Amino acid sequence: MAANPHGHGHNYVVEVSLEGERDRVTGMVFDLKELKAILEREIVEPYDHRFLNYEVPPFDREVPTTENIALDIWRRLERRLSGGSAKLHAVRVYETPDLYVDYFGETKCFA
Amino acid sequence: MFRVTRRYEFAASHRLHAAELSEEENRRLYGKCNNPYGHGHNYVVEVSVRGPLEGSTGRAVDTAALDELVRREVVVPFDHKNLNREVAVFSGVVPTSENLGVEICRRLKRNWKQVFPGEWPKLERIRIGETARNIFEVGSDEIE
Repeated sequence: MAANPHGHGHNYVVEVSLEGERDRVTGMVFDLKELKAILEREIVEPYDHRFLNYEVPPFDREVPTTENIALDIWRRLERRLSGGSAKLHAVRVYETPDLYVDYFGETKCFA
Repeated sequence: MFRVTRRYEFAASHRLHAAELSEEENRRLYGKCNNPYGHGHNYVVEVSVRGPLEGSTGRAVDTAALDELVRREVVVPFDHKNLNREVAVFSGVVPTSENLGVEICRRLKRNWKQVFPGEWPKLERIRIGETARNIFEVGSDEIE
């Protein structure tokens, strides 16, 4: 079914986890307002209501499996989150409530 | 490395009653779960599998193959069954969700290589939701 030539859609749900120490002054690991803006700009804006195969690189070349989507989201976020003390820990992508993928980066194993 | 998790459901009944304990001790220990007539749950089972991307498919696991394995080894034998009476292992083992998790893990491991003969993917974890509030996890490495 996933190979239907006309494609098909999902209401994807993405969970992004960061890890780090609390800032001494703010008591926060990361400013969630800022995180929300980053997720909106880097993920939701390019992905939402798009035909992934035609409109969202690298899926013109790669199969848009949930694994590859998690990997692409990781890559898009990692470069935006690399500055501060908090680091990207995990990207979870739900294709449906019954199927989801976790990606923890290349070097890390599972926590 | 990726972790892919698939969620399955089945309904089954059970009674928690330890053979080595007295009636009174069982009642005290298990409470309502010791009801002699049993009771049921809509179990939710999450099966997590670990593996690298397979280059040509862009996937870490063939979910259709996983579905077929879980359906055959878990959903069909457990769904709408009385676990104590109809699933052989629970004639001698109390069908707690801890023991259910171990049994599900064993069944999947026993048949794993037949479905996934390569080095990857590997079974990582079984997670059983007995109710929305009682959730039990068992790692595949902890089970023989």
